[in-house]
Amino acid sequence: MAQSGNASPVIETSDLSLTFETGDGPVHALSGVSLTIQKGDFVSLIGPSGCGKTTLLRVIADLEQPTEGAISINGMSPHEARLKRAYGYVFQAPALYPWRTIGKNIALPLEIMGFSKSEQAERVRKGLDLVNLTGFEKKFPWQLSGGMQQRASIARALSFDPDLLLMDEPFGALDEIVRDKLNEQLLRLWEKTQKTVVFVTHSIPEAVFLSTKIVVMSPRPGKIHDVIDCNFPADRTLDIRETPEFLDVANRVRQGLREGHSYVD
Amino acid sequence: MLNALWHGKTLPVLAVSAVLAVLWYMGSIWLNADMQRDAFSNAGKTDFTTSELIAGTWSQERPKLPTPGQILVELNKTILDTAPTSKRSLVYHGSVTISATLLGFLIGSLLGMGLAVLVVHVKSLDRSLMPWVVASQTIPIIALAPMIVVIMNQFDITGIVPKAVIAAYLSFFPVTVGMVKGLRSPDPLQMDLMRTYSATRLQTFLKLRVPSSIPFLFASLKVAVAASLVGTVVAELTKSEDGGFGARLLAGSYYGQTIQIWAALFAAAGCAWVLVTLVGVADRVVTKAMGARP
Repeated sequence: MAQSGNASPVIETSDLSLTFETGDGPVHALSGVSLTIQKGDFVSLIGPSGCGKTTLLRVIADLEQPTEGAISINGMSPHEARLKRAYGYVFQAPALYPWRTIGKNIALPLEIMGFSKSEQAERVRKGLDLVNLTGFEKKFPWQLSGGMQQRASIARALSFDPDLLLMDEPFGALDEIVRDKLNEQLLRLWEKTQKTVVFVTHSIPEAVFLSTKIVVMSPRPGKIHDVIDCNFPADRTLDIRETPEFLDVANRVRQGLREGHSYVD
Repeated sequence: MLNALWHGKTLPVLAVSAVLAVLWYMGSIWLNADMQRDAFSNAGKTDFTTSELIAGTWSQERPKLPTPGQILVELNKTILDTAPTSKRSLVYHGSVTISATLLGFLIGSLLGMGLAVLVVHVKSLDRSLMPWVVASQTIPIIALAPMIVVIMNQFDITGIVPKAVIAAYLSFFPVTVGMVKGLRSPDPLQMDLMRTYSATRLQTFLKLRVPSSIPFLFASLKVAVAASLVGTVVAELTKSEDGGFGARLLAGSYYGQTIQIWAALFAAAGCAWVLVTLVGVADRVVTKAMGARP
């Protein structure tokens, strides 16, 4: 579980702000965000649309530049961290390249990073095994279901073994049954690999079930409303969602979301 | 077999062809009747029947509109019954046209792809080059072709090359436009993915932009190969001494040989169809290898 005591921070942000200049004036996507994420944490960013959770993830990934404040990844700037290939990123959509087989898609980052052919083959095999897709290596993306495609994209993000996994609503487009199953699988995966995970979601049960730390965000301007620790046993299953402890945390999250969100507009 | 005929394209195509043929024969009667009446009166024949008139309109030597039958006879004569080395053979003229077409298509496609790569990767070229590429196609090729031939002749460049250059002038355009669109077709997510791997521009180009552009490229190549043939035929109107379908068309119109013109036209259309089909086959083979949904 979370080794908050002796661990070193993987991500540290202080007073981070990001303003998009648009035709209709500035949009404050992030405002004064200070957050520390320790090694091995599973941190969920939760909030309504427009609260900046995806933007925060993209800033960590160096896909957006903050306008103010400081951020460091393993003591480096996000740009340096990206060049050092410090993280794997899973998008809302699988974003598999349709002209590549599943195996070739998982090998894509390995090709770019210059792994040897034999190393690529070995890592693809391991990756397929990790997400239960063994036997689908030669299939093209359209031959797989949405859930399988998203699993392949997780294998792709993990193929080069980054310590940090950034996930942007990876299961948002899937139906609830598939989502539950993938949540359980992701939990086992996290347990097995000991990665640090930052996970964007707008599902309360998903956040409470998966996380060691839940960051509740509120919109306009996007900022952190509350940070809730959440330490359920590592071998938990979906049944835990019926327990009073689980519902307690879920209620706190819901409360936070309600306080942060004005329904006036 | 019958089932395939019923559900396939064959039957509809045959039906349309039959309707066209009937209309065509009627058109031949209509357009050639005056000349046939003149021919009868010149011969002192006044008591001709309608069926004699119709038969006459379908068998003139230089009709305004030859019948499909006459054109087929001419095609048969000039393709099968004439030695392919003879200047009267459409196979000879066809090979002249096709070789210039293919060379022009090759030059045009390579040029088109090269320009597209530059336009996509160099911002200033996008703004400076693209308008010229578009402007180049607003000049009528029929006006430009003689000048290209004359200027290249000045530098002792003769034979197939000037014709291929004119063909390339027409064919690079669709390739550039299609390829630019194709190279820009990756969605933001696919581009972001490459960024998260810190991929170089070259890697992004080879592993994302190029594969994304392939469907666009093939659609453009189909247009380009047909345009190449048009360009070559136009060039041959200017440079008729080497032969080719264009030369054949020119000679036919010189001597009022309408059947010969139509036969050359059909042969050229047939060649274009074959070339477009070949590109289509290449398209299917490549797309299948790239995992397209069948």
